[in-house]
Amino acid sequence: MTFKLISTAALVVALGASAVMADGHSKALMGAVKARQGQMQLYAHNLGVLGAMAKGDVAYDAAAAQAAADNLVAVSGLNAMTMWPQGSDSTSMEGTRAKAEIWSNFPDVGAKAGAMAEASVAMAAAAGSDLASLQAAMGPLGGACGACHKAYRSK
Amino acid sequence: MARIIRVLCVLVLAGLAAFYFVTAPKSVEAELFRDLQSNADNGALVFHAAGCASCHAAPKAEAVDHPILTGGQTFPSDFGTFVAPNISPDPTHGIGGWTLIEFANAIQKGVSPDGAHYYPAFPYTAYAHMTPQDVADLKAFMDRLPASDTPSQPHQVGFPFNIRRTLGGWKFLFASDDWVVTSVDTPELDRGRYLVEALAHCGECHTPRNALGGLQKNAWLTGAFLPGEGKVPGIAPSELDWSVEDLAYYLETGFTPDFDSAGGAMTHVVENMARLPETDRAAIAAYIKALP
Repeated sequence: MTFKLISTAALVVALGASAVMADGHSKALMGAVKARQGQMQLYAHNLGVLGAMAKGDVAYDAAAAQAAADNLVAVSGLNAMTMWPQGSDSTSMEGTRAKAEIWSNFPDVGAKAGAMAEASVAMAAAAGSDLASLQAAMGPLGGACGACHKAYRSK
Repeated sequence: MARIIRVLCVLVLAGLAAFYFVTAPKSVEAELFRDLQSNADNGALVFHAAGCASCHAAPKAEAVDHPILTGGQTFPSDFGTFVAPNISPDPTHGIGGWTLIEFANAIQKGVSPDGAHYYPAFPYTAYAHMTPQDVADLKAFMDRLPASDTPSQPHQVGFPFNIRRTLGGWKFLFASDDWVVTSVDTPELDRGRYLVEALAHCGECHTPRNALGGLQKNAWLTGAFLPGEGKVPGIAPSELDWSVEDLAYYLETGFTPDFDSAGGAMTHVVENMARLPETDRAAIAAYIKALP
Protein backbone atom coordinates (compact mmCIF):
# COMPACT_ATOMS: atom_id res chain seq x y z
CA MET A 1 0.00 0.00 0.00
CA THR A 2 2.69 2.42 1.07
CA PHE A 3 4.76 1.40 -1.90
CA LYS A 4 1.84 2.11 -4.18
CA LEU A 5 1.31 5.54 -2.61
CA ILE A 6 4.97 6.48 -2.88
CA SER A 7 5.30 5.33 -6.44
CA THR A 8 2.13 7.15 -7.41
CA ALA A 9 3.42 10.32 -5.76
CA ALA A 10 6.78 9.93 -7.50
CA LEU A 11 5.05 9.49 -10.79
CA VAL A 12 2.94 12.61 -10.27
CA VAL A 13 6.03 14.65 -9.39
CA ALA A 14 7.92 13.30 -12.40
CA LEU A 15 5.05 14.03 -14.75
CA GLY A 16 4.71 17.52 -13.32
CA ALA A 17 8.40 18.23 -13.76
CA SER A 18 8.44 17.04 -17.34
CA ALA A 19 5.35 19.14 -18.06
CA VAL A 20 7.13 22.23 -16.69
CA MET A 21 10.21 21.45 -18.77
CA ALA A 22 8.11 20.87 -21.86
CA ASP A 23 6.31 24.10 -21.15
CA GLY A 24 9.55 26.07 -20.99
CA HIS A 25 10.74 24.44 -24.19
CA SER A 26 7.50 25.10 -26.06
CA LYS A 27 7.52 28.74 -24.85
CA ALA A 28 10.90 29.19 -26.49
CA LEU A 29 9.61 27.58 -29.69
CA MET A 30 6.48 29.72 -29.62
CA GLY A 31 8.62 32.83 -29.20
CA ALA A 32 10.56 31.89 -32.33
CA VAL A 33 7.33 31.28 -34.23
CA LYS A 34 5.99 34.67 -33.15
CA ALA A 35 9.22 36.37 -34.17
CA ARG A 36 9.16 34.97 -37.69
CA GLN A 37 5.45 35.69 -38.01
CA GLY A 38 6.29 39.24 -37.01
CA GLN A 39 8.83 39.34 -39.81
CA MET A 40 6.13 38.14 -42.23
CA GLN A 41 3.81 40.83 -40.88
CA LEU A 42 6.44 43.47 -41.62
CA TYR A 43 6.62 42.17 -45.19
CA ALA A 44 2.84 42.24 -45.52
CA HIS A 45 2.54 45.77 -44.14
CA ASN A 46 5.13 47.25 -46.46
CA LEU A 47 3.88 45.24 -49.44
CA GLY A 48 0.45 46.63 -48.61
CA VAL A 49 1.72 50.20 -48.93
CA LEU A 50 3.23 49.40 -52.34
CA GLY A 51 0.31 47.21 -53.43
CA ALA A 52 -2.30 49.86 -52.66
CA MET A 53 -0.49 52.15 -55.11
CA ALA A 54 0.00 49.36 -57.65
CA LYS A 55 -3.72 48.56 -57.59
CA GLY A 56 -4.70 52.23 -57.79
CA ASP A 57 -6.39 52.26 -54.37
CA VAL A 58 -4.24 55.20 -53.29
CA ALA A 59 -2.33 57.80 -55.29
CA TYR A 60 1.30 57.09 -56.14
CA ASP A 61 3.66 58.72 -53.65
CA ALA A 62 7.32 58.29 -54.56
CA ALA A 63 8.66 58.97 -51.06
CA ALA A 64 6.24 56.60 -49.30
CA ALA A 65 6.86 53.92 -51.93
CA GLN A 66 10.62 54.27 -51.54
CA ALA A 67 10.35 54.02 -47.75
CA ALA A 68 8.25 50.86 -47.96
CA ALA A 69 10.59 49.28 -50.49
CA ASP A 70 13.63 50.13 -48.35
CA ASN A 71 11.86 48.45 -45.42
CA LEU A 72 11.41 45.30 -47.51
CA VAL A 73 15.13 45.27 -48.18
CA ALA A 74 15.85 45.72 -44.47
CA VAL A 75 13.41 43.00 -43.39
CA SER A 76 14.68 40.54 -45.99
CA GLY A 77 18.20 41.22 -44.72
CA LEU A 78 17.46 40.07 -41.16
CA ASN A 79 19.40 37.03 -40.02
CA ALA A 80 16.51 34.67 -39.28
CA MET A 81 18.45 31.59 -38.15
CA THR A 82 17.23 31.59 -34.54
CA MET A 83 13.61 32.12 -35.63
CA TRP A 84 13.48 28.64 -37.18
CA PRO A 85 14.51 26.24 -34.40
CA GLN A 86 14.25 22.49 -34.89
CA GLY A 87 10.84 21.28 -33.74
CA SER A 88 8.91 24.44 -34.62
CA ASP A 89 7.14 22.89 -37.62
CA SER A 90 3.41 22.38 -38.08
CA THR A 91 3.48 18.66 -37.30
CA SER A 92 5.35 19.23 -34.01
CA MET A 93 3.32 22.14 -32.64
CA GLU A 94 0.22 24.29 -32.96
CA GLY A 95 0.20 27.85 -34.19
CA THR A 96 2.44 27.51 -37.24
CA ARG A 97 2.00 26.43 -40.84
CA ALA A 98 5.72 25.88 -41.41
CA LYS A 99 6.19 22.45 -42.98
CA ALA A 100 8.76 20.03 -41.60
CA GLU A 101 10.35 19.94 -45.09
CA ILE A 102 11.95 23.30 -44.28
CA TRP A 103 14.40 21.60 -41.94
CA SER A 104 15.39 18.95 -44.44
CA ASN A 105 15.88 21.47 -47.27
CA PHE A 106 17.71 24.36 -45.67
CA PRO A 107 19.87 25.17 -48.75
CA ASP A 108 16.74 25.50 -50.90
CA VAL A 109 14.98 27.57 -48.24
CA GLY A 110 18.02 29.81 -48.15
CA ALA A 111 17.98 30.16 -51.94
CA LYS A 112 14.31 31.12 -51.87
CA ALA A 113 14.97 33.66 -49.12
CA GLY A 114 17.77 35.01 -51.30
CA ALA A 115 15.32 35.38 -54.19
CA MET A 116 13.04 37.36 -51.89
CA ALA A 117 15.92 39.67 -50.97
CA GLU A 118 16.75 40.16 -54.66
CA ALA A 119 13.14 40.98 -55.53
CA SER A 120 13.12 43.50 -52.65
CA VAL A 121 16.27 45.16 -53.93
CA ALA A 122 14.71 45.35 -57.40
CA MET A 123 11.63 46.96 -55.87
CA ALA A 124 13.78 49.48 -54.00
CA ALA A 125 15.39 50.43 -57.32
CA ALA A 126 11.97 50.82 -58.97
CA ALA A 127 9.53 52.10 -56.36
CA GLY A 128 10.76 55.69 -56.18
CA SER A 129 10.98 56.33 -59.92
CA ASP A 130 7.40 55.97 -61.17
CA LEU A 131 4.18 53.96 -60.76
CA ALA A 132 4.71 51.73 -63.80
CA SER A 133 8.10 50.58 -62.48
CA LEU A 134 6.57 49.88 -59.08
CA GLN A 135 3.75 47.88 -60.64
CA ALA A 136 6.20 45.83 -62.70
CA ALA A 137 8.26 44.99 -59.60
CA MET A 138 5.24 43.66 -57.66
CA GLY A 139 4.92 40.48 -59.73
CA PRO A 140 8.44 39.16 -59.00
CA LEU A 141 7.92 39.92 -55.31
CA GLY A 142 4.70 37.92 -55.31
CA GLY A 143 6.50 35.13 -57.11
CA ALA A 144 9.25 35.09 -54.49
CA CYS A 145 6.72 34.92 -51.63
CA GLY A 146 4.72 32.24 -53.42
CA ALA A 147 7.74 30.08 -54.27
CA CYS A 148 8.50 29.52 -50.61
CA HIS A 149 4.86 29.27 -49.51
CA LYS A 150 4.18 26.70 -52.22
CA ALA A 151 6.90 24.39 -51.02
CA TYR A 152 7.05 25.05 -47.32
CA ARG A 153 3.78 26.41 -45.92
CA SER A 154 0.83 24.12 -45.28
CA LYS A 155 -2.79 25.20 -45.56
CA MET B 1 -41.62 -21.26 -63.05
CA ALA B 2 -40.17 -21.44 -66.52
CA ARG B 3 -41.87 -18.17 -67.21
CA ILE B 4 -40.27 -16.52 -64.15
CA ILE B 5 -36.85 -17.78 -65.23
CA ARG B 6 -37.45 -16.37 -68.72
CA VAL B 7 -38.41 -12.99 -67.28
CA LEU B 8 -35.38 -13.01 -65.02
CA CYS B 9 -33.09 -13.86 -67.94
CA VAL B 10 -34.51 -10.98 -69.94
CA LEU B 11 -34.06 -8.60 -66.98
CA VAL B 12 -30.45 -9.70 -66.46
CA LEU B 13 -29.70 -9.29 -70.16
CA ALA B 14 -31.37 -5.88 -70.17
CA GLY B 15 -29.30 -4.92 -67.14
CA LEU B 16 -26.08 -6.06 -68.79
CA ALA B 17 -27.02 -4.22 -71.96
CA ALA B 18 -27.74 -1.06 -69.95
CA PHE B 19 -24.42 -1.41 -68.08
CA TYR B 20 -22.63 -1.98 -71.37
CA PHE B 21 -24.30 1.03 -72.98
CA VAL B 22 -23.93 3.38 -70.01
CA THR B 23 -20.30 2.52 -69.32
CA ALA B 24 -19.11 2.36 -72.94
CA PRO B 25 -16.40 4.94 -73.74
CA LYS B 26 -17.81 7.81 -75.83
CA SER B 27 -16.10 9.78 -78.58
CA VAL B 28 -16.12 13.42 -79.67
CA GLU B 29 -17.84 14.29 -82.95
CA ALA B 30 -14.98 14.02 -85.42
CA GLU B 31 -16.84 16.36 -87.76
CA LEU B 32 -16.25 19.29 -85.38
CA PHE B 33 -12.47 18.88 -85.66
CA ARG B 34 -12.19 18.52 -89.41
CA ASP B 35 -10.36 21.26 -91.35
CA LEU B 36 -9.32 23.23 -88.25
CA GLN B 37 -6.21 25.40 -88.72
CA SER B 38 -4.31 25.32 -85.44
CA ASN B 39 -2.61 28.29 -83.81
CA ALA B 40 0.09 27.38 -81.30
CA ASP B 41 0.21 30.92 -79.87
CA ASN B 42 -3.40 30.70 -78.80
CA GLY B 43 -2.62 27.15 -77.71
CA ALA B 44 -0.10 28.54 -75.22
CA LEU B 45 -2.83 30.63 -73.59
CA VAL B 46 -5.18 27.65 -73.49
CA PHE B 47 -2.37 25.57 -72.00
CA HIS B 48 -1.66 28.02 -69.19
CA ALA B 49 -5.32 28.75 -68.50
CA ALA B 50 -6.04 25.01 -68.33
CA GLY B 51 -3.17 24.50 -65.89
CA CYS B 52 -1.75 21.41 -67.65
CA ALA B 53 1.78 21.88 -66.32
CA SER B 54 0.65 22.30 -62.71
CA CYS B 55 -0.12 18.57 -62.54
CA HIS B 56 1.90 17.07 -65.39
CA ALA B 57 5.31 18.72 -64.86
CA ALA B 58 7.74 16.72 -62.72
CA PRO B 59 7.32 17.07 -58.94
CA LYS B 60 8.70 20.43 -57.70
CA ALA B 61 9.52 21.61 -61.24
CA GLU B 62 9.77 25.38 -61.65
CA ALA B 63 6.99 27.03 -63.66
CA VAL B 64 8.27 27.97 -67.12
CA ASP B 65 6.73 28.97 -70.46
CA HIS B 66 7.61 25.67 -72.16
CA PRO B 67 7.63 22.94 -69.49
CA ILE B 68 8.63 19.29 -69.83
CA LEU B 69 5.47 17.34 -69.00
CA THR B 70 7.23 14.36 -67.46
CA GLY B 71 4.47 13.45 -65.00
CA GLY B 72 5.09 11.83 -61.64
CA GLN B 73 3.22 14.15 -59.27
CA THR B 74 0.92 12.24 -56.91
CA PHE B 75 -2.65 13.17 -55.98
CA PRO B 76 -4.16 11.48 -52.92
CA SER B 77 -7.94 11.01 -52.92
CA ASP B 78 -10.62 9.05 -51.09
CA PHE B 79 -10.39 6.43 -53.86
CA GLY B 80 -6.63 5.96 -54.04
CA THR B 81 -3.55 7.89 -55.10
CA PHE B 82 -3.33 9.02 -58.70
CA VAL B 83 -0.02 9.62 -60.45
CA ALA B 84 0.06 12.16 -63.28
CA PRO B 85 1.31 10.52 -66.49
CA ASN B 86 3.90 11.71 -68.99
CA ILE B 87 2.04 13.83 -71.56
CA SER B 88 5.12 15.22 -73.30
CA PRO B 89 5.40 14.70 -77.09
CA ASP B 90 7.58 11.58 -76.66
CA PRO B 91 6.04 9.03 -79.10
CA THR B 92 6.60 6.06 -76.76
CA HIS B 93 6.19 7.34 -73.22
CA GLY B 94 4.20 10.50 -73.93
CA ILE B 95 1.39 11.42 -76.30
CA GLY B 96 3.43 12.43 -79.33
CA GLY B 97 1.84 9.84 -81.61
CA TRP B 98 -1.76 10.86 -80.96
CA THR B 99 -4.12 12.22 -83.60
CA LEU B 100 -6.18 15.32 -82.88
CA ILE B 101 -9.28 13.16 -82.37
CA GLU B 102 -7.46 10.90 -79.90
CA PHE B 103 -6.25 14.00 -78.07
CA ALA B 104 -9.78 15.48 -78.02
CA ASN B 105 -11.25 12.20 -76.74
CA ALA B 106 -8.68 12.16 -73.95
CA ILE B 107 -9.21 15.69 -72.70
CA GLN B 108 -12.93 16.07 -73.43
CA LYS B 109 -14.34 12.56 -72.97
CA GLY B 110 -11.74 11.12 -70.59
CA VAL B 111 -11.08 8.21 -72.94
CA SER B 112 -7.65 6.91 -73.96
CA PRO B 113 -6.71 6.04 -77.57
CA ASP B 114 -7.26 2.35 -76.75
CA GLY B 115 -10.71 3.03 -75.36
CA ALA B 116 -10.13 2.98 -71.58
CA HIS B 117 -11.74 5.48 -69.22
CA TYR B 118 -9.48 7.92 -67.42
CA TYR B 119 -10.01 8.68 -63.73
CA PRO B 120 -11.66 12.05 -63.13
CA ALA B 121 -8.59 13.29 -61.23
CA PHE B 122 -8.00 14.47 -64.81
CA PRO B 123 -10.57 17.29 -65.15
CA TYR B 124 -12.05 16.24 -68.49
CA THR B 125 -15.58 17.07 -67.34
CA ALA B 126 -14.42 20.72 -67.34
CA TYR B 127 -12.38 20.48 -70.55
CA ALA B 128 -15.46 18.95 -72.22
CA HIS B 129 -16.67 22.56 -72.55
CA MET B 130 -13.63 23.66 -74.56
CA THR B 131 -14.17 24.78 -78.14
CA PRO B 132 -12.79 22.41 -80.81
CA GLN B 133 -10.56 25.28 -82.00
CA ASP B 134 -8.98 25.65 -78.55
CA VAL B 135 -8.46 21.87 -78.39
CA ALA B 136 -6.65 21.95 -81.75
CA ASP B 137 -4.57 24.97 -80.72
CA LEU B 138 -3.67 23.35 -77.41
CA LYS B 139 -2.43 20.23 -79.20
CA ALA B 140 -0.37 22.35 -81.59
CA PHE B 141 1.32 24.04 -78.62
CA MET B 142 1.88 20.81 -76.68
CA ASP B 143 3.36 19.14 -79.77
CA ARG B 144 6.17 21.71 -79.59
CA LEU B 145 7.07 21.19 -75.93
CA PRO B 146 10.24 19.24 -75.05
CA ALA B 147 9.84 15.44 -74.93
CA SER B 148 10.58 13.25 -71.91
CA ASP B 149 11.28 9.51 -72.10
CA THR B 150 10.34 8.89 -68.47
CA PRO B 151 7.71 6.10 -68.31
CA SER B 152 4.36 6.92 -66.68
CA GLN B 153 3.75 5.29 -63.29
CA PRO B 154 0.60 3.27 -62.50
CA HIS B 155 -2.06 4.74 -60.20
CA GLN B 156 -2.33 3.29 -56.70
CA VAL B 157 -6.04 2.50 -56.70
CA GLY B 158 -7.65 -0.55 -55.05
CA PHE B 159 -10.77 -2.59 -55.77
CA PRO B 160 -13.41 -1.73 -56.91
CA PHE B 161 -12.12 1.60 -58.20
CA ASN B 162 -9.45 -0.16 -60.26
CA ILE B 163 -12.14 -1.44 -62.64
CA ARG B 164 -12.05 1.39 -65.15
CA ARG B 165 -15.21 0.32 -66.90
CA THR B 166 -17.19 1.52 -63.86
CA LEU B 167 -15.94 5.03 -64.57
CA GLY B 168 -18.39 5.05 -67.46
CA GLY B 169 -21.11 5.00 -64.79
CA TRP B 170 -19.41 7.87 -62.97
CA LYS B 171 -19.39 9.89 -66.17
CA PHE B 172 -23.03 9.00 -66.80
CA LEU B 173 -23.90 10.43 -63.38
CA PHE B 174 -21.62 13.47 -63.25
CA ALA B 175 -20.42 14.59 -66.67
CA SER B 176 -22.64 17.20 -68.28
CA ASP B 177 -22.66 19.34 -71.40
CA ASP B 178 -24.40 22.11 -69.47
CA TRP B 179 -22.70 25.11 -67.91
CA VAL B 180 -23.08 25.52 -64.14
CA VAL B 181 -23.96 29.20 -64.58
CA THR B 182 -26.63 28.88 -67.24
CA SER B 183 -26.97 32.51 -68.30
CA VAL B 184 -24.33 35.20 -68.78
CA ASP B 185 -25.24 38.75 -69.78
CA THR B 186 -22.00 40.24 -71.09
CA PRO B 187 -19.10 39.08 -73.28
CA GLU B 188 -16.84 39.49 -70.25
CA LEU B 189 -18.96 37.16 -68.11
CA ASP B 190 -19.14 34.72 -71.01
CA ARG B 191 -15.34 34.71 -71.24
CA GLY B 192 -15.07 34.43 -67.45
CA ARG B 193 -17.38 31.42 -67.44
CA TYR B 194 -15.36 29.78 -70.21
CA LEU B 195 -12.12 30.35 -68.30
CA VAL B 196 -13.46 29.19 -64.92
CA GLU B 197 -15.72 26.31 -65.95
CA ALA B 198 -13.97 24.98 -69.08
CA LEU B 199 -10.26 25.77 -68.83
CA ALA B 200 -9.08 26.65 -65.32
CA HIS B 201 -11.41 24.04 -63.74
CA CYS B 202 -11.60 26.03 -60.50
CA GLY B 203 -14.53 23.90 -59.34
CA GLU B 204 -12.38 20.77 -59.11
CA CYS B 205 -10.82 22.02 -55.88
CA HIS B 206 -13.13 24.82 -54.72
CA THR B 207 -16.45 22.94 -54.98
CA PRO B 208 -17.39 20.22 -52.47
CA ARG B 209 -17.88 16.66 -53.73
CA ASN B 210 -20.46 14.02 -52.85
CA ALA B 211 -19.66 10.50 -51.59
CA LEU B 212 -19.02 9.26 -55.13
CA GLY B 213 -16.65 12.13 -55.93
CA GLY B 214 -19.12 14.08 -58.06
CA LEU B 215 -19.09 17.88 -57.79
CA GLN B 216 -21.99 19.34 -55.81
CA LYS B 217 -22.91 21.97 -58.35
CA ASN B 218 -25.56 23.49 -56.09
CA ALA B 219 -22.65 24.51 -53.81
CA TRP B 220 -20.52 25.78 -56.70
CA LEU B 221 -17.17 27.28 -55.59
CA THR B 222 -18.22 27.47 -51.93
CA GLY B 223 -15.14 25.65 -50.67
CA ALA B 224 -14.17 22.05 -50.03
CA PHE B 225 -11.78 19.71 -48.28
CA LEU B 226 -9.07 18.09 -50.38
CA PRO B 227 -7.02 15.11 -49.20
CA GLY B 228 -3.38 16.18 -49.22
CA GLU B 229 -4.23 19.85 -49.55
CA GLY B 230 -6.56 20.44 -46.59
CA LYS B 231 -9.32 23.00 -46.46
CA VAL B 232 -9.82 24.82 -49.77
CA PRO B 233 -11.51 28.20 -49.28
CA GLY B 234 -14.81 29.13 -50.85
CA ILE B 235 -14.47 31.84 -53.49
CA ALA B 236 -18.13 32.56 -54.27
CA PRO B 237 -19.28 35.94 -52.92
CA SER B 238 -21.18 34.17 -50.12
CA GLU B 239 -17.80 32.95 -48.80
CA LEU B 240 -15.33 35.67 -49.82
CA ASP B 241 -15.80 39.45 -49.85
CA TRP B 242 -12.91 40.44 -52.13
CA SER B 243 -13.56 43.04 -54.82
CA VAL B 244 -13.17 42.36 -58.55
CA GLU B 245 -9.83 44.20 -58.40
CA ASP B 246 -8.69 42.14 -55.40
CA LEU B 247 -9.47 38.89 -57.21
CA ALA B 248 -7.75 39.92 -60.43
CA TYR B 249 -4.69 41.20 -58.56
CA TYR B 250 -4.46 37.99 -56.56
CA LEU B 251 -4.50 35.95 -59.76
CA GLU B 252 -1.75 38.16 -61.19
CA THR B 253 0.62 38.40 -58.21
CA GLY B 254 -0.58 35.93 -55.58
CA PHE B 255 -1.13 38.74 -53.07
CA THR B 256 -4.33 38.67 -51.00
CA PRO B 257 -5.94 42.00 -50.03
CA ASP B 258 -3.99 41.74 -46.74
CA PHE B 259 -0.77 41.11 -48.67
CA ASP B 260 -0.40 37.61 -47.46
CA SER B 261 0.54 35.45 -50.42
CA ALA B 262 -0.93 32.37 -52.04
CA GLY B 263 0.33 29.03 -50.77
CA GLY B 264 0.00 25.35 -51.60
CA ALA B 265 -1.42 24.25 -54.94
CA MET B 266 -2.86 27.73 -55.54
CA THR B 267 0.64 29.06 -56.24
CA HIS B 268 0.59 26.93 -59.42
CA VAL B 269 -2.66 28.58 -60.44
CA VAL B 270 -1.23 32.06 -59.88
CA GLU B 271 1.83 31.17 -61.97
CA ASN B 272 -0.53 30.15 -64.78
CA MET B 273 -2.93 33.06 -64.45
CA ALA B 274 -0.06 35.57 -64.45
CA ARG B 275 0.69 34.38 -68.01
CA LEU B 276 -2.80 35.33 -69.27
CA PRO B 277 -3.87 38.74 -70.57
CA GLU B 278 -5.15 41.15 -67.92
CA THR B 279 -8.59 41.06 -69.55
CA ASP B 280 -8.83 37.32 -68.84
CA ARG B 281 -8.04 37.76 -65.14
CA ALA B 282 -10.64 40.54 -64.99
CA ALA B 283 -13.17 38.25 -66.71
CA ILE B 284 -12.56 35.49 -64.14
CA ALA B 285 -13.00 38.01 -61.33
CA ALA B 286 -16.21 39.34 -62.88
CA TYR B 287 -17.61 35.82 -63.22
CA ILE B 288 -16.80 34.98 -59.60
CA LYS B 289 -18.35 38.20 -58.29
CA ALA B 290 -21.50 37.51 -60.31
CA LEU B 291 -22.03 34.11 -58.65
CA PRO B 292 -24.99 33.82 -56.27
